[in-house]
Amino acid sequence: MNELDRKLVNPFNNDKDFAGCAIFGMMDLEGKRFGSKDPVKAMANMHDRSNGLGGGFAVYGIYPAFKDYYAFHVMYLSRDAKDKTDRILASCFNIIYDEEMQTKPANVIDPPLMWRYFVQAKKRRPENLTEDECVIQAVMRINTETGKAFVFSSGKDMGVFKGVGFPEDIADYFCLEDYQGYLWSCHGRFPTNTPGWWGGAHPFNVLDWTVVHNGELSSYGINRRYLEMYGYKCTLQTDTEVLAYAFDLLMRRQRLPIEVVAQILAAPFWSDIDSSDPKRSYTLRAIRQTYGSLLMNGPFSVVVAHHGEMIGLTDRIKLRPMIAGTRGDLLYLSSEEAAMRLVSPKLDRLWTPRGGEPVIGRVGGKKLVEVAAKMEAQ
Amino acid sequence: MKSYLPSEFIVERDEDKCIRCKVCVNQCTYETHSYDEQDDVMRSKDENCVNCQRCVTMCPTHALSIKKNPGPFRDNANWTSEIIKDIKKQAETGGVLLTGMGADKPYLTYWERLLVNASQVTNPSIDPLREPMEIRTYLGAKPDALEMDLEDGDIELKTKLAPQLTLETPIMFSAMSYGAISLNVHESLARAATKAGTYFNTGEGGLDSRLYKYGEHAIVQVASGRFGVHSNYLNAGAAIEIKIGQGAKPGIGGHLPGEKVTDDIARTRMIPIGTDALSPAPQHDIYSIEDLRQLIYALKEATDYTKPVSVKIAAVHNSAAIASGMVRAGADIIALDGVRGSTGAAPKVIRDNVGIPIELAIASVDQRLRDEGIRNKASIVAAGGFRSSGDVLKAIALGADAVYIATAALVALGCTVCQKCYTGKCPWGIATSDPWISKRINPDIGAERLVNLLRGWSMEIKDMMGGMGVNAIESLRGNRLHLRGVNMTDTELKILGVKMAGE
Repeated sequence: MNELDRKLVNPFNNDKDFAGCAIFGMMDLEGKRFGSKDPVKAMANMHDRSNGLGGGFAVYGIYPAFKDYYAFHVMYLSRDAKDKTDRILASCFNIIYDEEMQTKPANVIDPPLMWRYFVQAKKRRPENLTEDECVIQAVMRINTETGKAFVFSSGKDMGVFKGVGFPEDIADYFCLEDYQGYLWSCHGRFPTNTPGWWGGAHPFNVLDWTVVHNGELSSYGINRRYLEMYGYKCTLQTDTEVLAYAFDLLMRRQRLPIEVVAQILAAPFWSDIDSSDPKRSYTLRAIRQTYGSLLMNGPFSVVVAHHGEMIGLTDRIKLRPMIAGTRGDLLYLSSEEAAMRLVSPKLDRLWTPRGGEPVIGRVGGKKLVEVAAKMEAQ
Repeated sequence: MKSYLPSEFIVERDEDKCIRCKVCVNQCTYETHSYDEQDDVMRSKDENCVNCQRCVTMCPTHALSIKKNPGPFRDNANWTSEIIKDIKKQAETGGVLLTGMGADKPYLTYWERLLVNASQVTNPSIDPLREPMEIRTYLGAKPDALEMDLEDGDIELKTKLAPQLTLETPIMFSAMSYGAISLNVHESLARAATKAGTYFNTGEGGLDSRLYKYGEHAIVQVASGRFGVHSNYLNAGAAIEIKIGQGAKPGIGGHLPGEKVTDDIARTRMIPIGTDALSPAPQHDIYSIEDLRQLIYALKEATDYTKPVSVKIAAVHNSAAIASGMVRAGADIIALDGVRGSTGAAPKVIRDNVGIPIELAIASVDQRLRDEGIRNKASIVAAGGFRSSGDVLKAIALGADAVYIATAALVALGCTVCQKCYTGKCPWGIATSDPWISKRINPDIGAERLVNLLRGWSMEIKDMMGGMGVNAIESLRGNRLHLRGVNMTDTELKILGVKMAGE
């Protein structure tokens, strides 16, 4: 990313994203799709947790007709950037279908051109890269080389809609009432820097992984340097980006189960490790010794999602809020209980997860397991 | 030849307070004080005084004070008193000027130009008195990734980790050899390391068999002289350190004069009593990186791969590339000793001119190992003039895993940094093998003073970490965003990998 563009995305050259936020996650554990009504209503209820400088939604299961193709949501600040992006995409993929994204006038600030592509990885790929790796490379290239294009999302059968405005206005702008998904991960942002930048809103995405994040990582400096050793370029200089890459490294590339990933990102204290039984103590110690640089320190609560799974996690001393609830097949994660109660007054279960204790929702439905399994196989 | 050297210090005695008790006479090992029986007066030879403050501290009536000799020489920014005296000294002796301790010039330090961050509003600071604040550190090679299976929530770890050192505080005692310092000092360090949950480094003179019981907290050193190196010694320690170089005197060896080689020291070093112990400048079996690999693996074989092997080098111009080679040669720990590193004896010109500041070495080595994707394969231990917990914290933020302290430990024991360690007459009983003087260090008290120092620094580190909003030291390590620079050029900021304050 050149100097001009860095100024655009991070005008004050801040270390990281200083932001307070609202987060909300809602998923159907049977994989049944539902509309935007409840997630948007919940986010609107937490209006005061954001300040109108960022809102966004990640929705899973929205493109059943194109579910075999990577769906790129790309933002353009100039026509020229689109031409460059088109060339990059065309060089790596067969573009199956593309269109300008459907929007309508709403209370949002300076909306950029938004484009949607459905693409298929080419059979002949450089250096025997997997399809997923091709996608990651293309995303990194578009974000760093074109200057004024930015990829919002790049996973299959999912998409990210985000921008500058309150979450309910962003939903309005992108006509989210027209979409159905089985998992909605939502974010309202209260940044103290990077104003007016659509790409800086959450969720952040790599492949089908998305992260919405409330907090500030005091460990960001070392988290980023560790990830750089594994080839991740943190172009946005935001701490949420490192969370997304950390999940990608640990869960997709190293195939560690979320139970272990939680022990890495919100590691147990040494005193707890020492007092565990010898075998568990040895394992936990090895995990912390090996992945200490990925400990996410400082206040955060986060909802991470990919196909078939939604995970809620907070820092190990729970400096940011998160509450969880279920009703029937629905799992809710929320910054505030009121938002959850508003859309589901009669919860079967309501609990406050402890710091560092993940809440994991997995889809049991057959159709969605197939999607997940197919991607695993690749 | 008549000496043209003026005395450096002037001893002032308040005759009203002096009770002629002769404590000063007994305490001064340089024979500065004497008692004139005929006239019943105390006399002092100013030219002998090294300003170690021993007599001042011990005088029961506080009758003594030492003043710097304002000097007979005219002020001159280029031809300073120090330089004029050094030249006269060499004109009179024709020798190499020796000195002790670390570089005493102010222009080699960066710590004061690095400032630490704290949390305000957007994230909370953490109170270490009320919440856990973790500074435990593990040194040794870490794998790239862990392989494991998960069955019914039970994690089955398949990767086996290399041996690790466990430090309850990221501060260890640096290498000081038996012979250069007394047995009582070694014992004080060993007991303090054991009590504080950290490590002391034996230095290159072996480990007295009476101290083997502290071996679990010892890093045993193997240097070019191979003094005291045998199978039991290697296996007595928790880790082994190959000493290639030392910050105070990069590129040269060492020399323990025969008069310091007493019975115990001779036995421990495995040399005849009274013979000079000469450490060659290089290790004569290491003329290249592949030779280093052989020694690393010879030591690993000798200890059955149960102990991490550290390699210590002086921080020099190509440290980053050298460190990368060391990691690839199998070193589990890289110890870097900066230009301000201390010593018992070194040529002054080498101490003050050779090597590079430790701050720059930490930054460039840490970054190089990351660029090459091998930072996890070795820990970095930094040494060379750490004076406070602030220095330690900044070193860790730059990328060190832990630090070695030596001068600070000796100061805790009584040292006043008079820089005369090479005379073997340390009036504080530290840098000496004279049994009469070395009794001045009581290991009970010595260990207590050292443990107190470590405790104090550890608490200060926790306080600063809490302020930054991190409660585990691994979130500070290499986290250069918590540092800002002042009064530095762009190149200096770039090498240190920190932003300018206000940026």
